Amino acid sequence: MLLKLTSDQELLRETTSRFLDEHASPDAIRRLRDDAAGFADGYWRRGAELGWTSLLVAEEHGGGSVSGHGLVDLTLVAYEIGRRAAPGPLVPCSVVAAALSASGGEAHAAVLAHLIAGESIATWCHAEPRPNDRLGQVALEIRRDGGDVVVSGVKRPVEAAAQASHLLVTGRTASGLAQVLVPADAAGVAITPLQSVDLTRRFATVSFDRVRVPAAALVGELGGADRHVERQLQIALVLLVAESVGAMQSAFDMTVQWAQDRYSFGRPLASYQALKHRFADMKAWLEASHAIADAAAAAVDAGSPDAAELASVAKAYVGEHGAELLQDCVQLHGGIGVTFEHDVHLFLRRVTLGRALHGTPAEHRRRITDLLERGTEAA
Amino acid sequence: MEDIESFRQRARAFARAHLRPIGPTVMTVRSAVRDEEELAAVAREREVQRLLFDAGLAGVCVPRAYGGQGLTAAHQRVLNEEIAGYEFPSRLQVPTFAPCAAVLLEFGTEEQKLRHIPAMLRGEEIWMQFLSEPSSGSDVAGALTTAVRDGDGWLLNGSKVWTTGAWWSDWALCLARTSWDVPKHAGLTVFILPIRQPGVEIHRIEMLNGNREFCQEFLNDVRVPDADRVGEVNDGWTVGTRWMFHERMSYNSPLVTFPAGTVHGGAGGTGALDVARAAGRLDDPSVRERVGEARVLEVVGRELQHRVAEGIATGTMSSQASAVARVYHCIASPRQSTIAFEIAGDAGAVWSDDDGRLAACGTDFLMRQVTCIGGGTTEMARNVVAERVLGMPRERTLDKDVPFRDVPRSSSTKR
Repeated sequence: MLLKLTSDQELLRETTSRFLDEHASPDAIRRLRDDAAGFADGYWRRGAELGWTSLLVAEEHGGGSVSGHGLVDLTLVAYEIGRRAAPGPLVPCSVVAAALSASGGEAHAAVLAHLIAGESIATWCHAEPRPNDRLGQVALEIRRDGGDVVVSGVKRPVEAAAQASHLLVTGRTASGLAQVLVPADAAGVAITPLQSVDLTRRFATVSFDRVRVPAAALVGELGGADRHVERQLQIALVLLVAESVGAMQSAFDMTVQWAQDRYSFGRPLASYQALKHRFADMKAWLEASHAIADAAAAAVDAGSPDAAELASVAKAYVGEHGAELLQDCVQLHGGIGVTFEHDVHLFLRRVTLGRALHGTPAEHRRRITDLLERGTEAA
Repeated sequence: MEDIESFRQRARAFARAHLRPIGPTVMTVRSAVRDEEELAAVAREREVQRLLFDAGLAGVCVPRAYGGQGLTAAHQRVLNEEIAGYEFPSRLQVPTFAPCAAVLLEFGTEEQKLRHIPAMLRGEEIWMQFLSEPSSGSDVAGALTTAVRDGDGWLLNGSKVWTTGAWWSDWALCLARTSWDVPKHAGLTVFILPIRQPGVEIHRIEMLNGNREFCQEFLNDVRVPDADRVGEVNDGWTVGTRWMFHERMSYNSPLVTFPAGTVHGGAGGTGALDVARAAGRLDDPSVRERVGEARVLEVVGRELQHRVAEGIATGTMSSQASAVARVYHCIASPRQSTIAFEIAGDAGAVWSDDDGRLAACGTDFLMRQVTCIGGGTTEMARNVVAERVLGMPRERTLDKDVPFRDVPRSSSTKR
C-alpha cells in the first residue's frame, strides 16, 4: 500500500478499517458461510456511506474522489477489505459505477444513483464459459432490432449476480464490442449459482436467451465499447490486486507472529535459518506486490500509456506470488494451516479467487508480450 | 548556495559542450574486452572526471575544503539527470567515491582528506577496496591479512580478492587484522595504501565469460606509515560498519555521479523479446509466456526499487530494507537469464557469430549467479531481511567471544 497518504485518504482508510473491524471479523465471516448474499443486510449500504461506491463516479453524477485520484483511493478500501478477507461486491459494483459514469450517465442516472447510495448492486457480465473462457474472448451477441437490442449468450462466472438489480453485459456486434445494462429480472435472464473457493463472494452463470431491452439500455455506442471494456478490465485488475495484497499482508503478519511464538526442539520456528530464509523471500514478494499494485493503480487512474501493461504485470505477479505466499503460510503453520478453525484459509481463499479471475498469470504474461511486441514494432 | 535551477543550466551546458552522447546507460556484467581498450577507456574517464572538476561539477556533495562544491544531494540528482545519455566516468564512481571517499570523509585525518579527496575528484586517484579475502567474503570481519607494528609504521601481509580493476587503479582502502588475541571484530584496523608498489603483486582472475577485470592481490611485507591508518588501532570495525553502509548505497550514494534512467540490461523484458525474435520463436505460446514473465520480473523489480528508495528516504523503512530489494533481485535475475537461455534453444550452448542476440545467452547463463554473489550473497541478504527487518532471532555464532586465533578456519588457511 501507499507509503504516504493524504489526510483525506488516511481518513477514508481509517473509517473503513474501523467499520470492517466491527462488521467483518473472522467470526462474522464464518457466520456468512451459508448466507445467500454473502454479506449482511445493510452492510453494503453502510460501506456506501463511508464512500466505497462513489470514488469512480464523476462529480456531476453524484460521485467524487478523496484525493483527486479516485481509483487510488478505492484501492485503499480494497486493501482493507483484503486485510480481513471481508465480504461485499466491491469489484463488480465499482466497475459498473465507473462504466455508467464514463458513458455519459444520463440514460442510467437513476441506476447509478442507487448504486452510489449502496441501495442496489450491479455486476459486470464479462467472462464466458468454456470454450470461450480465455481472457478477452467474447462470444455473446448484442444485436440491434428496431428500437430494441437483443442479448444472446452466456456469461460465467458473474459475481453477485443473484443480488444484482442490474447486469452490465459485454457482447459482440458486427462492428466491435458493445455493452448493455440489463435489469436482472428481464425476461430470458437465468441465473444459476456456482460454487467457489471463497467463503462470502457469490458467483453464478447468467444466460441470456434472446433478452430484449430498449436501445436506451445500451451503455455507450453499439460497437464502440472496446476501449471502455479495456478500462473496466484494468479497474477490475487493480482492485483484485489491491485486495490480494491486503490478504497477503495479513497472512504474512500472522505467520511471522506464529513463527516467533511456536517452539520446536527447544527454540522458536523463527530461529531456524531455513525458515528465516523462506520468510525473507516472502517478504521480498510481498513488498514487490505492494509496489506493483500501487504503480498499477496510479497508472490506470491516470490513464497513462503504460496502464495496460502495469495492470497485467500486477495481476500476473500478485496472482502468482500471492498464492505461493499463502501456501507457504499454510505450510509454516503445519497441520492447523489446513483446518477451517484457523484463520489463514480466509486469506488463502481470497488470493486463490483473485488469481483465477479476469485472466490467469499465464494469460496476462502472454498479454504483456503482445503489448511489448506492439510497442517495439511501433518504435 | 547555488540554486538548483542555475546548477541545472550549468550542468546541461557542460554536458553539451564536453561530453560525447552515447545513448542510455545499460548496466550489464561486463564481458571480455581487450586490455588496450580497457586502459583507453580508463584514460578517457580520468579526462572526463578532470573536465567535471574544472567545471565545478565534481564532488557536488563534498565540502569545498576538500575540492568539492559543498552542495546537496538534490544538486547531485540534477547532475545525474543532465548527464543521462552522455559518457561519464563510470569506473571512477564505485568504489572510489562510494565507499572509499565516503569513509575518508567520515574517518580520515585532515591530512588524508586534503591529500586524497581532491585527487579523486580530479580523476588522478582511482581507489579500490581491499576487503574480501580468499578465505572470507561474506565473513568480512574474518580478515586474515595482518598488519604488525614496524617502527613508526606497519607491515602488511596477506591476500585480498575480487578487486575489479585493481590493475589500473591507484590506491586502496584496506581492512587488516592487528590482533589475533581478541575476538575477531575487536582486532581490525583500516589502512590506506598505494596499489602500485613492489610488495603488492596483482593477479588477474579470469571469469567464466572471459572477463579479466577481477584481481587478487598478494601483499608481501608492504610498509604502511602510521599516518596512513584510518581510525583507531583495533577499532577498524567501527570504520568497517560505516564502510559497509556506504558500500550498500553504491550507485544511490549522493557522492556518486551516475546517469538517471540507467537501464539494467541483459535478459529483462525486452531482452527476452529480442532473444525470442532472434530465435524465430515468437509464435510459440509457451515462449510468449516466458517473455511476459521476464518482463513482469523487470517491471516489478523497478517498482520495488522505487518503493524501497522512497521508504528509506522518508524513514518509513529502515536502511536495512535495501536487503529486501536485494533478495528480490537475487531471485528475479537468475530467472531472467534462464528464460533467455531456454528460449535460445541449442544456440544457448553452441553458437556462431551470426546468431545475433542469441550468441550471448550461453555465456550469460554461465554467469547467472554472479549478481547473486558479488556485493553480498542472496543468503546473507536473506539473513538481513529475516533478522534486521522481520526481527527474527539471529543465527548462533561460534566466534563472537572467542580470541580470533582460536576460531576454527578452513583447513587450507591453517598456518
